[in-house]
Amino acid sequence: MELDPLLISRIQFAFVVSFHAIFPVFTIGLASYIALLESLHFKTNNPQWAQLSRFWTKVFAVTFGMGVVSGIVMSFQFGTNWSNFSWMSANFLGPILSYEVVTAFFLEAAFLGVLLFGRDKVPKGTHLFAALMVALGTFISSFWILVANSWMHTPAGVEFQDGILHVRSWGEAIFNPSFPYRFAHMAVASFLTGAFVVAGVSAWYLMKQHQVEVNRRALSMCLWLILILAPAQAVIGDFHGLNTLEYQPVKVAAMEGNWETQSNVPLLLFALPDQAAQTNRFEIGIPNLASIILTHSADGVVPGISDTPVEEQPPVAIVFWSFRIMVGIGLLMIAVALWGLVLRMRGQLYKPGLFHRILPLMIATPFIAVIAGWFTTEVGRSPWLVHGMISLTEGLTPSLTGGMALATLIGYMSVYAVVYSAGGYYIWRLVMGGMDEGDSKDSHSNTAESGAHAKRPLSAGGPITQGSPASPIKGDWS
Amino acid sequence: MIDFVMIWAVIIAFGVIMYVLMDGFDLGVGILYPFAPNETSRDVMMNTVAPVWDGNETWLVLGGAGLLGAFPLVYSVLLPALYLGVFLLLAGLIFRGVAFEFRFKATPKTKKYWSAAFAGGSTVAALAQGIVVGAYIQGFATENKVYVGGALDWLTPFSVMTGVGLVLGYALLGSTWLIMKTEGEIQDWAYRLTPKLLAAVLFIFVVIGIWTPLVDQFVRDRWFSNIFSIWLLPAGALLSAFVILRAVRNRSEGTPFVATMTLFIFTYLGLLASKWPYVVPPDYTLYDAASARESQLFLLIGVLFVIPVVLGYTAWTYWVFRGKVRAGEGYH
Ligand code: HDD
Ligand code: HEM
Ligand code: HEM
Repeated sequence: MELDPLLISRIQFAFVVSFHAIFPVFTIGLASYIALLESLHFKTNNPQWAQLSRFWTKVFAVTFGMGVVSGIVMSFQFGTNWSNFSWMSANFLGPILSYEVVTAFFLEAAFLGVLLFGRDKVPKGTHLFAALMVALGTFISSFWILVANSWMHTPAGVEFQDGILHVRSWGEAIFNPSFPYRFAHMAVASFLTGAFVVAGVSAWYLMKQHQVEVNRRALSMCLWLILILAPAQAVIGDFHGLNTLEYQPVKVAAMEGNWETQSNVPLLLFALPDQAAQTNRFEIGIPNLASIILTHSADGVVPGISDTPVEEQPPVAIVFWSFRIMVGIGLLMIAVALWGLVLRMRGQLYKPGLFHRILPLMIATPFIAVIAGWFTTEVGRSPWLVHGMISLTEGLTPSLTGGMALATLIGYMSVYAVVYSAGGYYIWRLVMGGMDEGDSKDSHSNTAESGAHAKRPLSAGGPITQGSPASPIKGDWS
Repeated sequence: MIDFVMIWAVIIAFGVIMYVLMDGFDLGVGILYPFAPNETSRDVMMNTVAPVWDGNETWLVLGGAGLLGAFPLVYSVLLPALYLGVFLLLAGLIFRGVAFEFRFKATPKTKKYWSAAFAGGSTVAALAQGIVVGAYIQGFATENKVYVGGALDWLTPFSVMTGVGLVLGYALLGSTWLIMKTEGEIQDWAYRLTPKLLAAVLFIFVVIGIWTPLVDQFVRDRWFSNIFSIWLLPAGALLSAFVILRAVRNRSEGTPFVATMTLFIFTYLGLLASKWPYVVPPDYTLYDAASARESQLFLLIGVLFVIPVVLGYTAWTYWVFRGKVRAGEGYH
């Protein structure tokens, strides 16, 4: 069988970008959280904020490192596998990605050094400033990269001249129609990710009776945030979908699993889309609801997939299901937020129980939702790379053979398998290792000499030993 | 009319040499890792670069994005042509990048694997970058602005030689950096190492100097035409080498590093002068490779404002972490 460089390049891009996607969303959320903790510490001088900040900065350092290396891969993917696309769209994408480097990456990278290593070398205010700059950098970075990505979905402000795109209006191209929605949706997704991770870890520590006071504070903060943001995300997502309906109707049709253009479209809860037969099997749905959501009237007309020739349709099942996974998780998050509110009103928020057991499990959900959301968006754009302008086939590197693409795909998979399982393991161990004592003045637990004793388990002094002796947290890691 | 292409050529050339000098020394520290006196000195060595390496590597990202912005043809021909080499470069950078965090998180038993990842990743990345230089001198097979050569065209004895040359060159930057940033045992070791590395670098320098005009007609014509000023550049490089040697003998702490940087700058300018104005040799010049004028202008406005700020706070972080790094300090 001939190896298809196009298919392999798509798999490769999806693979490397999915890894890259989950680290940035977490680092964006966590960077802001750390900046907030540092600000609170600066204002109130309460050492508990510093204690939380120190702990989460360690986690941040590991995820940030993994985000950076996966990002460096991304910036070369365009050239290696999609060189025609790069050449054709460089007049717009080149400046945008360069702006990202000069306005965001340098800022993050430089101040990260000070944030991580400078606590004892610079005044407190300067350290806070470094934390703020890192957080700002992650936002500027997501601004530019989402400009680039949104423009690929809803290109504006450009025109072809001799086979190359030229920018007619920078304003229109940068603030292209889907950008505001995507940026808002992504920013909220980042905060939700950070909040669910911190809430999950805090709840788990509370169950283990570890550093109870600070973890109560952290849990409470996060739950307030989630209570506001989870519903907000659903609203933003709804607007995002309406915008997509206007510019990429086929994608919405695939998300809804709607084959024929028609009115009174049901909202499908379950279906097995069958692209060959251009229909669904085993449909279960709520009558009229899709029409109501998308057009605000029960007999509103929703576009159908079959209006588009079969070769130009996106793979419907992937879009349909990844969309459901994301929205399902979004609703679950709202439910958890409300549950937390009820417990809080009853004064039982800090009482160990089922809720504290569920929260650690929820840590995985924002990551899954983010990946699912991107799959919806990106797969739904198929067969286009730049919607309506450059197709996937046109964008591919001409000299790329299937063998070369496969070799690097296997290469990236092997490298990521090693690096990301190690990284995941070290983060897990950091969490298992517990927080430093609140009063310990600095955080040099990891210097050369103490290397052998680093990562002492919680039992080495923390009140955690009162917990069940069989708990994993007591294991001997060093 | 202002010639944006020329301005951009200068900016990109500046970005590339910034990358080479800055990531050069921290890659060099990784290359020297296996030869370090002991494990404690490895901790110290890593801590001399830990706060700054990410910023240094960002110049590489700027190189990539900046080329896409200002000279997209370079981006869209070189990356496909160097496809497998780019993978090696990135794999190397991944392993060394995560090693900064992982090595200090690892148990004593697994720590050595991350030391190896740091050393191996740094060496592979440096080798791949040197190979890119060699491949660039050789030129790329193109038709209609598209790369049409094979997957391994870049891999030749000549490019391997330039690869080894860059590994040694980065190691030299690394050892002179360590002279400046450490004391005691490590510094003594770096003092001893530096002349040997310098000798190896000069040897490769001569070999490449003889070999290049033999593989490349264009360079031959350029060198042996009547532009005598071009010979000032290798002369400057040799002078720098002499300064390094003397400074090491006098046990100066800062001069060896600074002189190594000037050695790199002279060599780099020599390379640029030999190929000018071809950016995708042998067929395309800077002007063929440039992006649209509006795009170059749009980016230029921002870059002219932002780059000075970037240089300012980068310098500030180096200042925050100035001075000697000692055992047991510096890690969070
Ligand atoms: C919405 C968020 C987001 C998205 C969709 C992307 N990135 Fe990213 N990227 C970030 C958010 C981010 C970040 C939060 O700013 C990171 C994470 C860790 C870091 O250092 O910055 C980052 C790092 C990062 C780096 C390393 C920067 C450094 O050296 O410090 C590069 C080169 C890229 N990214 C490039 C890309 C490319 C080419 C993407 C598209 C395909 C992409 N990113 C998608
Ligand atoms: C960070 C989160 C992102 C995720 C998880 C993601 C996911 C994906 C997936 C799954 C595909 C495959 C679609 C298919 O094969 O049909 C894809 C395609 C693509 N995406 Fe994204 N994407 C992300 C962000 C971006 C951004 C920010 C850009 C551009 C600036 C981008 C550019 C592309 C390109 C060029 C392709 C075409 C290659 C391909 O089809 O695989 N993506 N993406
Ligand atoms: C019930 C709530 C939600 C709704 C209605 C919703 C809606 C949408 C829609 C319609 C899209 C597709 C955009 C397109 O057509 O291009 C999308 C994309 C996306 N969603 Fe959601 N979403 C919800 C919850 C979430 C949650 C909880 C997360 C993560 C924490 C999330 C993360 C994403 C991401 C990362 C994308 C891809 C980037 C983008 O296009 O914005 N979503 N969402």
